[in-house]
Amino acid sequence: MDWLLTHAPALLIALPLLGAFLTPLIDRISGKARSAFVLVVLAATQLLMMALAWDVFTQGAHIYTMGAADPTATVPAQAAVPVRIVLQVDGMGAFMGLISVTVSLAAAVYSLAFMHRESGQGRFYTLLLLMVVGMLGMEFTGDLFNLFVFLEVLSIASAALIAFRFYHGDAVEGAIKYIVISSLGALMVLLAVALLYGQYNLLNMGALASVLEYTYLDKVALGLLIAAFAMKCGAVPMHMWTPDAYTVAPASITAMLVAASQASLYALFRICFSLYGFTLDLTTVGIIIIALGLLSMFIGVTMALPQKDIKRLMSYHAISQTGYMLLGVGVGLYLLAHADFDTYGIRAMEGGIFHIINHALYKGLLFLTAGAIFYKVGTRNLDEMGGLAHSMKYTTVFFIIGALAIAGIPPLNGFASKLLIYESAYRVSPILSIVAMLVSILTLASFVKVFHSAFMGPRLEGMGDGREVPRSMLVGMGLLTAGIILFGLFPDWVVSNLVHPAAQALADQAAYIAALGGGV
Amino acid sequence: MINNVPFFAVMLLIAIGLYTILFKRNLIKIAMGIVIVEAGVNLFLITLGYREGGLAPIYTHLPSGVEIPGGLVLPVPQALTLTSIVIGVAILALILSFVVRIYRHYETLDSRNIRRLKE
Repeated sequence: MDWLLTHAPALLIALPLLGAFLTPLIDRISGKARSAFVLVVLAATQLLMMALAWDVFTQGAHIYTMGAADPTATVPAQAAVPVRIVLQVDGMGAFMGLISVTVSLAAAVYSLAFMHRESGQGRFYTLLLLMVVGMLGMEFTGDLFNLFVFLEVLSIASAALIAFRFYHGDAVEGAIKYIVISSLGALMVLLAVALLYGQYNLLNMGALASVLEYTYLDKVALGLLIAAFAMKCGAVPMHMWTPDAYTVAPASITAMLVAASQASLYALFRICFSLYGFTLDLTTVGIIIIALGLLSMFIGVTMALPQKDIKRLMSYHAISQTGYMLLGVGVGLYLLAHADFDTYGIRAMEGGIFHIINHALYKGLLFLTAGAIFYKVGTRNLDEMGGLAHSMKYTTVFFIIGALAIAGIPPLNGFASKLLIYESAYRVSPILSIVAMLVSILTLASFVKVFHSAFMGPRLEGMGDGREVPRSMLVGMGLLTAGIILFGLFPDWVVSNLVHPAAQALADQAAYIAALGGGV
Repeated sequence: MINNVPFFAVMLLIAIGLYTILFKRNLIKIAMGIVIVEAGVNLFLITLGYREGGLAPIYTHLPSGVEIPGGLVLPVPQALTLTSIVIGVAILALILSFVVRIYRHYETLDSRNIRRLKE
């Protein structure tokens, strides 16, 4: 057990990676065996992730040095600086890893029935597992160049999955937008990494953080990194790829893309807090992040209101919800060096980080219900559907729970995290909270519209076969719903045991540097 | 001055690439723009790793008493560039396969006419 936990960070990346490349081979034997294999791999990843997260939250951060005789020694005996590839799992990393793996598992279970009419499922699950690799790699790595590599792994796998239904022209159209923008973004990340490496000869983020001087070149690198990752997480004004890609991807993949964009959000926060930290001009960068958040929230929701395509509407809501996370954590960054950080700065960060997991759960669930509707009705246009509540009882209940959670209605989980953000952002400026509340109301309005036009009304002809979707899709949605209800009922437990350690891990740059062997 | 030439080339390549991506309408040209930006970034990485008079780090154990004027070069930037090139090939292959698919569906490569999603 100890051996397993020591090597867990590396195993968590290796397990889905090996699973991904075994999947096409097993697919040649039989489709059933392949599906069972994928589920076993993901379930094993989930169990290992939960064990690792438990250990991180009770015992402290994990360090894993690739290829070292002693995985906890980041600086090799012959060298003065950490030169090896290091994985580092602290509260924040474990928290994000849990989100990614949980959403992926639910999406894979859902796909069993959702994708069974498609050909090429072996490739689908291979890419799905590669997405898990990319997300976990981005969340665990302590090395800047590795961050770039895993970002590309994630982008390539996601782009191929967005275009999975390539026989629809629009799927390829969404995918090419995504891959052009994200490969350009990744190249900017690489340029920033090169700028930092050229000055300090280091790639290890902890060691780099300890020597960073915030020179002019560092500022250029910071700008490139913030722009690239804000683009990848779909913040306005770099959001134009999000609705296209989210709309055309298969629904289970859209749910995973939400988790994938949060991995980029994590990278953005990691770079601001752990890499640059106190050397930053905290006020300016904090205001930039808050401004990105406000813009995303407001423009996202106003663009969502007139949409007729159910998944496009939800995609704009995804942008708007990303704004809440940027706002919460941005307020934390703004106040990082301030005396009030311990009173309400950290509360704002907790709100933002709590919102990440809540959003992954309810937005994942909402995209899965949209997929269930598409599976039965064959259209995404809200004007053409109606009366689905008659035939799809469970889907209706899941949709209501998801919609109430995203609108922040108590006692569901969206309320808990939004309240934390309202309370603490108010102390910085009341305008922030007012905008946040307004956006929340508009979100509710928009989902009332979706609920009314898709589920209410008389039974319509041609609306599916009058039966509920297959069981595996219900199980996938049920998994996420259970999470929403649990998190909504016990927010205090979640905040003090999961979210607070995660926020603390982000805010405490000294611990990060020490853990990664920097400052020698 | 002559030592800085590669850096000017880097800036020029990235600028040309960005211009191509932003202002060209043909999807193949957009793909080429990405490759040009990538070439610029790779050139930047490899230039960072150049040390005048340095020797390639092929020896694992240097014979004692041998002095190399420029020392051994740290191979990290070269390793990064190789990785980046490999990733670039994968991205390019993916983009080109999308372009092929788009051409079959829309019978055009002009990005102004490929906007079924906008409606």
